[in-house]
Amino acid sequence: MTEEYKKYTVRHAPKSPVVKDTLRAFLCGGALCAAAEGLKNLYLFAMMSRDDASLITSVTLVFLAVLTTGLGVFDSAARFAGAGLLVPITGFANAVAAPAIDSKTEGYVLGVGAKIFTVAGPVILYGTVSGALYGAIYYLWRIFS
Amino acid sequence: MSIIKTGAYIVSSYSVVGTLEGKGPLGGKFDYADGTDDTFGKKSWEASESEMQRVAAVGAMHKAGVAPSDVGAVFSGDLINQCIASTHGLMGLGIPDVGLFGACSTCAESILLASIYSSFVKDISMAVTSSHNCSAERQFRFPVEYAALRTPTSQWTVTGAAAFMVSSEKTECAVRVADGMFGRIIDSKTDDLNNMGAAMAPAAADTLLRYFDESGTSPADYDRIVTGDLGREGSSLLCEFMTAAGYDLYQRHGDCGLDIYDIEASDVHSGGSGCGCSAAVISAKYLDMIRKGTVRNMLFVGTGALMNAMSVGQGNTIPAIAHLVRFTS
Amino acid sequence: MDYLYAFLVGGALCAVAQILLDRTKLTAARILVGYVVAGVALGGVGLYEYLVDFAGAGATVPLTGFGNVIAEGVRRAIDERGAVGILTGALTSASGGVGAALVFGFIASLIFKDRKQK
Repeated sequence: MTEEYKKYTVRHAPKSPVVKDTLRAFLCGGALCAAAEGLKNLYLFAMMSRDDASLITSVTLVFLAVLTTGLGVFDSAARFAGAGLLVPITGFANAVAAPAIDSKTEGYVLGVGAKIFTVAGPVILYGTVSGALYGAIYYLWRIFS
Repeated sequence: MSIIKTGAYIVSSYSVVGTLEGKGPLGGKFDYADGTDDTFGKKSWEASESEMQRVAAVGAMHKAGVAPSDVGAVFSGDLINQCIASTHGLMGLGIPDVGLFGACSTCAESILLASIYSSFVKDISMAVTSSHNCSAERQFRFPVEYAALRTPTSQWTVTGAAAFMVSSEKTECAVRVADGMFGRIIDSKTDDLNNMGAAMAPAAADTLLRYFDESGTSPADYDRIVTGDLGREGSSLLCEFMTAAGYDLYQRHGDCGLDIYDIEASDVHSGGSGCGCSAAVISAKYLDMIRKGTVRNMLFVGTGALMNAMSVGQGNTIPAIAHLVRFTS
Repeated sequence: MDYLYAFLVGGALCAVAQILLDRTKLTAARILVGYVVAGVALGGVGLYEYLVDFAGAGATVPLTGFGNVIAEGVRRAIDERGAVGILTGALTSASGGVGAALVFGFIASLIFKDRKQK
């Protein structure tokens, strides 16, 4: 067996329907963001500050994503919407809730406690590290400019 | 000589499947189909899989009219770490146990070993294998509710199990395990977790070619040549391999992973997989065909992809193995 | 018009990720990480703010928006507290979203049970 076979299997395999998938992701992701915009305006109307309205909008989406994950419908919806549900904050919330629910049979400390970070951990880690890296650059730039 | 002649018979078999499998094309043929959304009344998916093993083993013994104390050894396996599903499923029976791991090839591996044992010791033995969609997802991929996206070549782990009672003595509707051959570990240099068919097809081809070569036979000598779980993608690659080697497989080839689901109607992409897939389909479909006489001589090639999350994470390729068993009437 | 821009920008960010999923070996987890880091970078150089002003939720709801919040938070923390902000900024600013996901996720683990995939 050589590398040739690996290349052949890639050519041989049916391709994901990229146009259909992308269109669905665009429409679903766009609709979700437009709905979130509406939600934000609602919160602004309720006299929240701009930052708070934005945050509470995210929290609302997180809540809905966790709820639908628990009810077992998020994965079905994501199979249709693809990245349209995974890239918005709903995908992050699903990545937190799914392993939490899944690992409760292994206990609440090393089961839920540890595995809740299976997919979310990398996002938090690299968000923090890249934030710190940016902060170091920004700090130096402030000193020297 | 790699072909092992055995003189043993499968005197009974019992298949257990999940809800989706029970609604598939073979639905009515399985001995037991779950109606509890695959929980089998248990609190964890691993416990559900153990329960399937227990039900299958007890069912096969019941059909053959055999008590646990009559069984000399049970050859068991599954896909969960350290074969824990078979351990918990079978520990209450008190039968001497041989734990096996051959990934999805374990069904063929366990039937062959049980047959070798029974013909050597002149005793009754049993082969039990299982897989469960949810415990396998947890083991190999992601949490069950995590919205992981699947590619067209990915396969769906079958929730299923089957037990085969093997005896050195023939009974009325026994299926003969004529001979068999253990597979070699074949590294196809592929590394796509979502294309197991491509990883396993070269192993199936290797075992079949070695078998045809040594036995001096060709596909035309068999009514059916059935692979375990190559799925649509792997089956097509295997047939291409065999054609290139001068053997026409298209007329006789069947694949348990394609038999168990209505591929177009359900969201299983390339087909079913898992050691419960071949176990349940061989038990419910092919052994039944041999008992009824519609198939008299068939090859069963159980295929397995040898990997775990760690080996793939460390950048290794996915080697595969295929064990062959010949059933005759 | 706000809604249209939110729709277009949010949809486009999702569409790009879908193309990456279908056409490359990148897994969803890697794409999420990539989006957050990209958001930090774009927010850091000050470009993402324009997108937020233009598209509102279309820019803040995708995970790049999460990265932008981190960059903004780090900048604010350094302006207020000096070098300590390099370390405190990221997690402080991300705490709303992450806290919500962890708390709701934990509560979900108390209430819900795994269901078989359909």
